[in-house]
Amino acid sequence: MPAVTYAGHSVAVNEEGFLVDPAQWTEDMAPQIAKSAGIDELTARHWQVIRFMRAEYQAKGTGPTVRVLGKTSGVSIKELYQLFPKGPAKTAARIAGIPKPRGCI
Amino acid sequence: MKRIVILGGGTGGTLTANRLRRSFDERDAEIVVVDHDADHVYQPGLLFVPFGLTSMQRIVRPRRQQFRSGISFRQAGIGRVDTGADRVHLDDGTALDYDVLVVATGARLLPGETEGLTGPGWLKSVFTFYTPEGAVALHRALERFTGGRLVVNVVDMPIKCPVAPLEFCFLADYYFRRRGIRDRVELTYVTPLDGAFTKPVCNRELSGLLVDKGIELVTEFNTGTVEAGPAGAGTAGSAASGAPGGRLISYDERVVPFDLAVVIPLHGGAAYVERSPGLGDELGFIPVDPSTLQAKARPNVFAVGDATDVPTSKAGSVAHFEGDVLADNVRRFLAGQELLAGFDGHTNCFIETGFGKALLIDFNYGTEPLAGHYPARLGLPLLRQSRLNHLGKLAFQQFYWHSLLPGRDVPGISSAMPARGKTRPRAQAAAGARGHR
Ligand SMILES: Cc1cc2nc3c(=O)[nH]c(=O)nc-3n(C[C@H](O)[C@H](O)[C@H](O)COP(=O)(O)OP(=O)(O)OC[C@H]3O[C@@H](n4cnc5c(N)ncnc54)[C@H](O)[C@@H]3O)c2cc1C
Repeated sequence: MPAVTYAGHSVAVNEEGFLVDPAQWTEDMAPQIAKSAGIDELTARHWQVIRFMRAEYQAKGTGPTVRVLGKTSGVSIKELYQLFPKGPAKTAARIAGIPKPRGCI
Repeated sequence: MKRIVILGGGTGGTLTANRLRRSFDERDAEIVVVDHDADHVYQPGLLFVPFGLTSMQRIVRPRRQQFRSGISFRQAGIGRVDTGADRVHLDDGTALDYDVLVVATGARLLPGETEGLTGPGWLKSVFTFYTPEGAVALHRALERFTGGRLVVNVVDMPIKCPVAPLEFCFLADYYFRRRGIRDRVELTYVTPLDGAFTKPVCNRELSGLLVDKGIELVTEFNTGTVEAGPAGAGTAGSAASGAPGGRLISYDERVVPFDLAVVIPLHGGAAYVERSPGLGDELGFIPVDPSTLQAKARPNVFAVGDATDVPTSKAGSVAHFEGDVLADNVRRFLAGQELLAGFDGHTNCFIETGFGKALLIDFNYGTEPLAGHYPARLGLPLLRQSRLNHLGKLAFQQFYWHSLLPGRDVPGISSAMPARGKTRPRAQAAAGARGHR
């Protein structure tokens, strides 16, 4: 498993770049992960989504899908795509240090 | 006297009612099933209606006739459930009190949640085969279709029978070949997933089939808007006039043009779930313990079939395998015994691939679909196209009415997934596989 250094801490990530252990994540890692996902600056709206993802993950053990995010995060799906153009649920989960949302089977 | 109320008299509700009726004496428990309509549709048959391979008449039976004697059936819409008071309010103004509630109202299609989907092109150039009306209208449209771009699109997961849209693609390829116009039809499968299917081994097999049949695959496409073209697209007239078709537009602004679109709309739980505080999740599905099927809302509430939030496919086979565990747990609950964590996520699906063949997949919460045979070494081939599987898929309808709905135990078919007969992939192959979501 590859290791990456974010905010001076070495963390293990999987082949898609998701943190292996969400407990290792700290808020100061987010801007650097965001950069590697092509997002240069995290605005207050980005943070609203990132914090929401973390809270949902802590409560339910999995991050929400984009459809659920659009219904519950207070940010519409359209805006979610403006904030995270390459797939909001996936990108926001990676920046929030949680596993890729499972979605449904 | 206890009262068990079952909401929904479809696949899961019917087989649960019949199983419970057998395990309780009529003096000990009353069983009431509520459903808002009188027709039981064999939904797997909807896949074949657009191609004229079956008709609605052949796949619908009266709902009442599927229940054993001693089960009361109430035809009424459901207003809401008051889980605090153990009471269901029906649309006709009456209320039903229960000792145990089983939610079996399945999944509801939500085409109105996708911009433009139910606009002017709905049932003219944009169809679904997930409803009886849609399947019949699509049959007529396919008969008129003489060439052009046919796009099959899943808006987002979860959907019922996640392989059905792929089967539709395979059958469309077969249908146009038989009509001798396959070379004039561009077939495209557009999915929000990052592959043809979620599970790695199965994804490889199904992606290969798409390639073999010349069906283009567009992945990670989250449909935001459906813009319909003018009605009658894809008919001889429109092709000649070069009339512009419609377009699927994703949230990240990719565009897939079409002449005829077959769209599987968003799914959610029944509407009354939203009106019943604490019962459902954001999408109206019922959070349950995935192995006991007891609802998180209340200990005397259970759910079965498409209505639950369990992490496996929404399929009739799942409702079937769940039914066994559920009926046992309802009995245990009423007897004050501990529930059995008996459901392992067992799912199996026949995947019709055209040309009189089908493949079969069998999996559970922990095991992805693998090659081998089901239910044991001498059974049906898994993950491989065969004539036998196609015959199995056809025979399934008789099995459905005569064994599955009555809730009979079938020798050799257990609720738990059989491990024997399956070929495990090497650890290495599993680690390198992609496509999990
Ligand atoms: C095109 C298609 C192909 C499929 N192919 C297969 C396949 O090959 N194999 C397979 O295993 N599965 C297949 N399925 C899936 C299968 O049909 C479902 O998973 C199964 O029917 C689920 O059973 P259920 O009891 O949960 O829901 P349903 O059988 O849908 O029953 C729900 C019932 O609740 C009632 N209801 C809903 N809301 C209310 C309300 N508010 N008030 C009163 N009543 C209400 C409905 O009328 C309905 O009778 C397919 C589905 C489709 C659409």
